[in-house]
Amino acid sequence: MVSDFIRLEWKQFIRSSYWQKSVALNIFLVFIALYFILVFLGLGILLFPLLKDKMPDKDPFDTVNQFLFFWFLADLLVRFFFQKLPVMTVKPLLTLPVKKNKIVHYVLGKSVFSFFNFLPLFTVIPFGATLLYNGYDTMNIINWMVLLMIATQIINFLNFIIESKSAASDLSMLPILSLVGLLYFLNQFEIITLDTYIFMQVKWIISNSFLLLIPIGILALLYGINFKMLKNQLYLDQSLKSKVNEANASDLSWTNRFGKSAPFLQLDLRMLWRNKRPRSSVFIVLIGLFYGLFFYPNPLYQEMPAMYVFVGIFVTGIFLINFGQFIPAWDSGYYKLLMSQNIPYKDYLQSKYLLMASSAFLMFVLSIPYVYFGWKVLLIHFAAMIYNVGINTHVLLYAGSFNRKKINLSERAAFNYQGTGAVQWLVGIPLLLLPIGLFYLTYKLINFQSGIGLLVLLGILGFLFHEKLMKFITKKYIDNKHIMVSAFDQDN
Amino acid sequence: MINTTDLSKKYGGKMVLNIEALDIPKGQSFGLVGNNGAGKTTFFNLVLDLIQPTTGKILNNEIQVNISEEWKPFTSAFIDESFLIGYLTPEEYFDFIARLRGVNQVDLTAFLKQFEELFNDEILGQKKYLRDLSKGNQKKAGIVAALIGLPEVVILDEPFANLDPTTQIRLKKTLKNINAESNSTLLISSHDLGHITEVCERIVVLNKGEIIKDLKTSDETLKELEQFFAT
Repeated sequence: MVSDFIRLEWKQFIRSSYWQKSVALNIFLVFIALYFILVFLGLGILLFPLLKDKMPDKDPFDTVNQFLFFWFLADLLVRFFFQKLPVMTVKPLLTLPVKKNKIVHYVLGKSVFSFFNFLPLFTVIPFGATLLYNGYDTMNIINWMVLLMIATQIINFLNFIIESKSAASDLSMLPILSLVGLLYFLNQFEIITLDTYIFMQVKWIISNSFLLLIPIGILALLYGINFKMLKNQLYLDQSLKSKVNEANASDLSWTNRFGKSAPFLQLDLRMLWRNKRPRSSVFIVLIGLFYGLFFYPNPLYQEMPAMYVFVGIFVTGIFLINFGQFIPAWDSGYYKLLMSQNIPYKDYLQSKYLLMASSAFLMFVLSIPYVYFGWKVLLIHFAAMIYNVGINTHVLLYAGSFNRKKINLSERAAFNYQGTGAVQWLVGIPLLLLPIGLFYLTYKLINFQSGIGLLVLLGILGFLFHEKLMKFITKKYIDNKHIMVSAFDQDN
Repeated sequence: MINTTDLSKKYGGKMVLNIEALDIPKGQSFGLVGNNGAGKTTFFNLVLDLIQPTTGKILNNEIQVNISEEWKPFTSAFIDESFLIGYLTPEEYFDFIARLRGVNQVDLTAFLKQFEELFNDEILGQKKYLRDLSKGNQKKAGIVAALIGLPEVVILDEPFANLDPTTQIRLKKTLKNINAESNSTLLISSHDLGHITEVCERIVVLNKGEIIKDLKTSDETLKELEQFFAT
């Protein structure tokens, strides 16, 4: 039975057009995985000598155990964002003679073998081995390694509980961020010293193999909770059927002043607000607004205005980039309607342009407080905004005519690669690197002001040639119409 | 209204549609029947320029559909659910289509009024998004949206499928009315021989992409069709 399940899933995976079409993306992901394996392996091997070297008066094993609390928190956080809930297409199985328990056990069991559970082992095992080599108590260290494996699984199942509980809400990141934040806060201000507590518990448990039953008990409990939750969802009226939300109508008549583009503008605004994936990209925008805080206070970048240009383009353009790179795939679900209705392509694209351009302006206004870090920052943001409006909008619209991948609007946004193709990677070059490069050159060769001037000039040029550019882009879309219609018709 | 010459569509060497000539005069209610894979939807997609013909051309009111877009203002269609915008309420969807077709709010409300019976209080004022409606209700909304602005050419693929019996009967009445009153050219496909003979004055049978029967509907037509499909 289990082998049947595995075979089914393998076919689902390998036969999905998503996989078949984006080999490049998959290769990329494999490289990322290899990279992390190497990093963890290196850490595992070097950790002991490094700690010994940096903190000779402390026991490296104790140092690591004191750090475990943060490790667990980070693990939980990373998993929440990257690890997908274990899923399986169960609907066709429900009426077949397969026991429900079996399906649930299978789905949960599958998650035990997730990449995220193996990754820590690449550190834990070499580190444990060096400890043994350095004469630590054999039983203790073996217990420790087993304990960490169990802990990894505990985090695995804990994450599923948190994730499935919060997935239903819009601000799905809020519960996990507040939980991790709270724990970190409690520890940081020594209200409850969780790191020491975990350190003590770990020390105690590894002293006796029988005490490992405690974490195993916790694991079993979490597994049980997961099991119950999943089993409950195996009814059509539970999770398999999507939740019906009451429509929230908002008055968008103010968009009427945009004339012919108004209906599309309204459509886009509703699309952004009423669907899970675009809505979460709106929230990403808010986070992106704070991106500058990573750079501006850092004295390291003080003398590198080219870095500021990157931040400026990014902060004022984050929505534009997030939204623009998937034009017209956002509308892929009803592209056939748009193509057979009484719609001139030009008006359709013009509304997208308006949306992107006004977002850049809005983001610039919101980013004005960055003037705190100096007038140069504000100037750069302004130039970046002009560049975004004049050049990047057109670049994204043009790149959009190469989009061939459907987007399912109801899936979440963070780390969702659906709809991502080579276009999304390639377009980054003119989008970010070009303005940075141009600015850097003029800045080095002439001065700061002319660098800014160049970006503004380019932006204004793009703006002046808007009509011409749009004509050219529209033609590109019309030429690709049939290919897009058929591509958007295919499910990933 | 619709003139087809030497039209063919091949997919990977396999001929899915091959129509030498097919002319549908203005105001005709035209029915297309045929088994699965006969090429009905392919033909409609070609008329709407959603796919490109391998050979031949289609003229819609003298406009060649894959060259100019000028046929769009007087043509509308409902082929499948991908013609719906799931995150809009039916009202917003109708409004969107009406704006595209240049129908103002007042006229739209008056127009929708006549479908009250068809909607059966399940479409308007429900505070539901189209994606959350049942398949049948989605279909109703899509069909009615295709009729907004009384376009000269209306294309409906399988309009009766998924609808409950009451709605089927009401829809037949509506289509006949529209055809009679506004002189729209109706292109309908269906698997239900009874319905289509009732609504359409002309019926074309497609089989494996080719026209094998072209009938003017009479009392005998239903029998003839049933006999044809039984063998």
